This record gives sequence, C-alpha cells and structure tokens, in this order.
Amino acid sequence: MQLTRRQTLLMGAAAGFLATLPLKARATAEDLIADFAGGADIGEGGIDLTAPEIAENGNTVPISVDAPGATAIMVLAMGNPTPAVCTFKFGPLAGSQSASTRIRLAGTQDVIALAKMGDGSVVQTSATVKVTIGGCGG
Amino acid sequence: MASGVKPRVKVPKSASAGDVITIKTLISHKMESGQRKDDDGNVIPRSIINRFTVDFNGQNVIDVTLEPAISTNPYFEFDSQVPEAGEFTFTWYDDDGDVYTETKAIAIG
Repeated sequence: MQLTRRQTLLMGAAAGFLATLPLKARATAEDLIADFAGGADIGEGGIDLTAPEIAENGNTVPISVDAPGATAIMVLAMGNPTPAVCTFKFGPLAGSQSASTRIRLAGTQDVIALAKMGDGSVVQTSATVKVTIGGCGG
Repeated sequence: MASGVKPRVKVPKSASAGDVITIKTLISHKMESGQRKDDDGNVIPRSIINRFTVDFNGQNVIDVTLEPAISTNPYFEFDSQVPEAGEFTFTWYDDDGDVYTETKAIAIG
C-alpha cells in the first residue's frame, strides 16, 4: 500500500493522541483525589488496603479496605482507563469502617485507597498488584 | 439489561442486641464496563449497577458508589451494628433505572 501524505499525517496525529491517553487518566485521578479530599492535606496511616500481590485474573481481584473512624473510603486504580473504582460511605449503623469487594484491573498497577476521617482529615495508602491477565476485555 | 439479575444476601438469623455482624451480599449482574468491544469492533455500551445501599430500620449502614471497575456479579462484605430486632433493606440501582431490593429480618436472641 502506498502511503499518501494525508494518511501519514493522520497516523501521526492518531499516535500523538494515543500517547496522551495515560496522562489524561492521571489527570482525572488527581481530580478525583482533590474532590474527595476537599482541600485537606493527605496524610498517611490509619488506613489498611488489602490486595493480592499477584492477581492471575484482572477481572476479579479481591480487595478489602479498613479505616477505623472513617466516614468514607474511596478506591482508585491508577492504571485503569477510568481510575475510579468505588466509594464506600459509612452510615450511623456501620459496624466497622471496613468493606471487601472484587474489582477489575486492566494491568499491573497501583491501587490507591483514601479515607476521609470523622475530623475531616484525609489519609491515603496504596498497594501494587501484578496482573497476569488484564480485566478490560481488550 | 435487567435479565437474570438475582440478589443474594447472607445475614445471620439472630444476634444479641448491640452486636456487630458481618453481612455478605452478591448480585448477579454483567457489569458491562463500556470498555469492551464486540466482534465487529463496536463498543458495547456501559450497563452497570451504580449504587448500592443498606439500611437497617431506616438507618443507613453503608452506601457504595460503584464504577465500571467493579467486577461482574458485584460482591460486598461489611459489618453492621444490630441495636434491636428489625429488618435490613438492601437496594441496588441499575444504570437502566431498575432498582433491585432485598430484605432480611434479624431477631434478637
């Protein structure tokens, strides 16, 4: 196939667009974190994120979060096409500020959990999960 | 999509007043992420459960916002206080507007 000048330019534009995609995902993750923190400084400690070191199947990765005294916990997967995973809000009858679920991971990446404490402070923790088979149906 | 959606909830039948119990829930749902493509390369539209709430006698226990990164058949495990005998109400909100509810009574004993 003969490449015309127009096609070459188009391919260049497409490649440039693809290269910016991971950056965009980062930006939205930062937005999500900023929204969740609401201006508070992000500290460490007081939150536990349990995730497997190696997940064979990225379609169901079991995770659990535990942050005593938290009012809300947000989980983010930094390497997914959309970084948001889920947000737990604990009501007055919650027995403990912990929850477990199963999530999808597109590939090996960091999973981040942020907790908003009762006094308004925000803490963060992260765990790296190695994924053998990605979970986005690519 | 709303076909074959079946909620399943595991709550102890009884507890002592003031106890903290563990609840496990699972709802069968495809949780189509909106990222996958069919054989012709068309994107399969997103269809997920976007919110899950649990109340006990009208008081909130947990309220979860779900995103497409939650696995097929969303599973949740969490703890709840049981101050008195009553009923848990579990509610799942589908993207297509459907709401699935399940109730479980718990006795004090």
